[in-house]
Amino acid sequence: MEKLQSIDEFQFLHDRLIAERDPDSPTIIIPAGTCGQASGANDLIRIAKRELLNKKYTDTIKIRITGCHGFCEMEPSILIEPSGIFYPKVDAKKMVHIVEAVAKGDVLKDLLFIDPKTENPIERQADIPFFKKQVRTLLCRNEKIDPIRIFNYIENDGYSAMARAFSSGNPRWVIEEIKASGLRGRGGAGFPTGLKWERLANQPNGNGKFIVCNADEGDPGAYMDRSLLEGNPHSIIEGMLIGAYGTGATQGIIYVRNEYPLAIKHLLIALRQANQLGLLGEHILGTGFSFDIKIVRGAGAFVCGEETALIKSIEGKMGEPRQRPPFPVEQGIHGQPTSINNVETWANIPIIIGLGAREFAKVGTKENTGTKIFSLVGKIKNTGLVEVPMGITIDRIVNEIGDGQIGQRNIKAVQTGGPSGGCIPAGMFHLSIDYESLAKAGSIMGSGGMIVMDEHTCMVDLAKYFMGFLKEESCGKCFICRKGTQRMYEILDDISAGRGTLEHLGLLEELGSVVKDASLCGLGQTSPNPVLSTLRYFREEYIEHIQKKRCPAGVCKDLITYVITENCTGCQLCLKSCPAAAIRGEKKERHRIDLQKCNKCGVCKSVCKFDAVETR
Amino acid sequence: MITLRINGLPVSVEEGTTLLEAAQFIGFPIPTLCHMEGLTPYGACRLCVVEIGEEARAKLVSSCTYRVEEGLQVRTTSSRVLKARKMILELLLASCPQSKTIQDLASAHVINQQRFRQEYEDCILCGRCVRMCEEQMAAKAIGFRGRGEKRSLGTPFDKNSEVCRQCGGCIYVCPACELRCTYTTPEQAICGGCQNISPPCIEKEMFHDTMCYMDPCVACEIKKD
Repeated sequence: MEKLQSIDEFQFLHDRLIAERDPDSPTIIIPAGTCGQASGANDLIRIAKRELLNKKYTDTIKIRITGCHGFCEMEPSILIEPSGIFYPKVDAKKMVHIVEAVAKGDVLKDLLFIDPKTENPIERQADIPFFKKQVRTLLCRNEKIDPIRIFNYIENDGYSAMARAFSSGNPRWVIEEIKASGLRGRGGAGFPTGLKWERLANQPNGNGKFIVCNADEGDPGAYMDRSLLEGNPHSIIEGMLIGAYGTGATQGIIYVRNEYPLAIKHLLIALRQANQLGLLGEHILGTGFSFDIKIVRGAGAFVCGEETALIKSIEGKMGEPRQRPPFPVEQGIHGQPTSINNVETWANIPIIIGLGAREFAKVGTKENTGTKIFSLVGKIKNTGLVEVPMGITIDRIVNEIGDGQIGQRNIKAVQTGGPSGGCIPAGMFHLSIDYESLAKAGSIMGSGGMIVMDEHTCMVDLAKYFMGFLKEESCGKCFICRKGTQRMYEILDDISAGRGTLEHLGLLEELGSVVKDASLCGLGQTSPNPVLSTLRYFREEYIEHIQKKRCPAGVCKDLITYVITENCTGCQLCLKSCPAAAIRGEKKERHRIDLQKCNKCGVCKSVCKFDAVETR
Repeated sequence: MITLRINGLPVSVEEGTTLLEAAQFIGFPIPTLCHMEGLTPYGACRLCVVEIGEEARAKLVSSCTYRVEEGLQVRTTSSRVLKARKMILELLLASCPQSKTIQDLASAHVINQQRFRQEYEDCILCGRCVRMCEEQMAAKAIGFRGRGEKRSLGTPFDKNSEVCRQCGGCIYVCPACELRCTYTTPEQAICGGCQNISPPCIEKEMFHDTMCYMDPCVACEIKKD
């Protein structure tokens, strides 16, 4: 790769790549993000390559290995271009047939996605309800781009927004565009990005300024940042280049957690390629503007996603938040002005500059513009990453895109915003998703985790789980957060074990409100949310645990007993699987559980094919 | 000079002054625990929280770390502040009941209940000793490690530190172990709270000055266990 010397040279390269592209030649797209690889995408890649070589299709059919497309429930999946045909849950055998079908231009009808409502096969990905009802501004780029090929990105109009920003010759214009777009920080707090950048740009330059991409995504069940980093690392780099140009920053840092090896690998490749092409480093594209990005790996502390703790961690100190003000835009890394933005915020920047602020702001609501990616997980049919316009109702995400409940169990709540978020009961699913209304309901937008819960989820157990997470992940610096989370966990543990009293509920609320008020950083201030919101909407569940010593969802071990009902056929499967040897019974006769020996592991219930094991 | 209002009273102080210093300057007491003159403010114990701002934007901040701002409205004893302070003291008492400093603070704030499971910890991780060692003794022999409930204090790898001069500064500034209650050993007792227990666990006449108002006396409770 030769270094590009000017914006014109870049434009020429871009035009050449597009001219060389043959839009009609068939391409097999294999999503192989971390999730795809875990479900077997690597095997599919190997088989597809072997088939193409063996059958000499290499000149006619292309393979593109991309990041995650978002439909996790159907992985590993295959997408065919340009026809847009989608094959879900592909295995090795199916892969061979698919390659053959692509060569012939056929569609394999019996491998297609079946619409669960109409039971008709759906050919094209764009017609599948899961995809059809989303607005995939960011995620749709994942399927077009091979993350380790920079030319692939440029061919899809990558770095064009950067070229546009550079050729404007006016950094202020960039900031005005971002301000006009109304983009708000996607990390959770929703601070207007343009305003943050303006403050950074207004800081005296001194010894340089920093911009940071916060990729320390630690919420359990949330992985939208990972999929963006893995699937489209250049868009983050481009966003940071535009940001640096607008704010006058001289050094960029991507703070990514070490638990994301594939994201780090793709980022390192992308940075190297951008450097080789002269898009990073000194005197970028002959504009006299210099900027470089380095990667700092997070060592696994959840609190390091908090910006002041993140700064400490980058400086090589212990990840502990500090008092704001001074805000990082005034005093950040090594005392220099620093702007920290979330991965998804950075990914939105090239889109805003490319489309224009006004076009971007048309999506979403007036106060909440653009799209937001949620990771929809839990007790729902279509799990995966969904990208929707801001202001859409929860009901549409859960019931239309997610396709609602599994089986007969009614959905009772969604948990948004990760451990710092709260639960929103099914009765409030008409709520629109924006920063303000979620905060009003006692939850937060957070970075976009959305966990769906049904009747088999115990709210006390859920609050206990998140509190257990937080008591371990609190940095421990401020006393009220460290002890407050420990004590809340202790009380929740008591309630779930049947030792709770009604006074505990008042104490939980009182303690929760103080932890919220008096904690130093965002982690502490939001940590009681899981407890307070479940207490607010599901108080009767708590009371049932305390007064009747009963867990209505059948989750809290100390309050349930396993019973074998008349449905038992005497197949002896549970008897053989019981680790405590607590089940007795003859073949073809109803079995019984010895409650003295039963350790309530639940294996019998999960192995029973006749739904004969119940919790009471 | 920067002018702000503390509990409605105007006060002018130099730029860079903390809210705590400003409040002390005009005579509003704010309880502190991790704060110590001569050490950098840390903001860990949260006892010194005060309420700033108006109505919906009002919030609690630790006064020892928050710098004065022009026109700031500060309330040092609003009901929100007192509620937080009392809860923090109750939590402190639940974790570290033997500390004389904590007992005194608790009795000054009329904490008459402790609703959590009693623990007997020796350290509240206020970080006074760490800052003392680093800033005043220039040794940096001790520090924090771990996070959350596993956070603890000590020398690296718990080995005898080569840079420690055994000056004892850390012990001197510790609010948990300085003037530790000596349970029911009357010769060494400093708190005197035990005599309020009925039946009294020690001879009442041994104590002339009652300094501790703890009821029930936590020290005696320990003895019983």
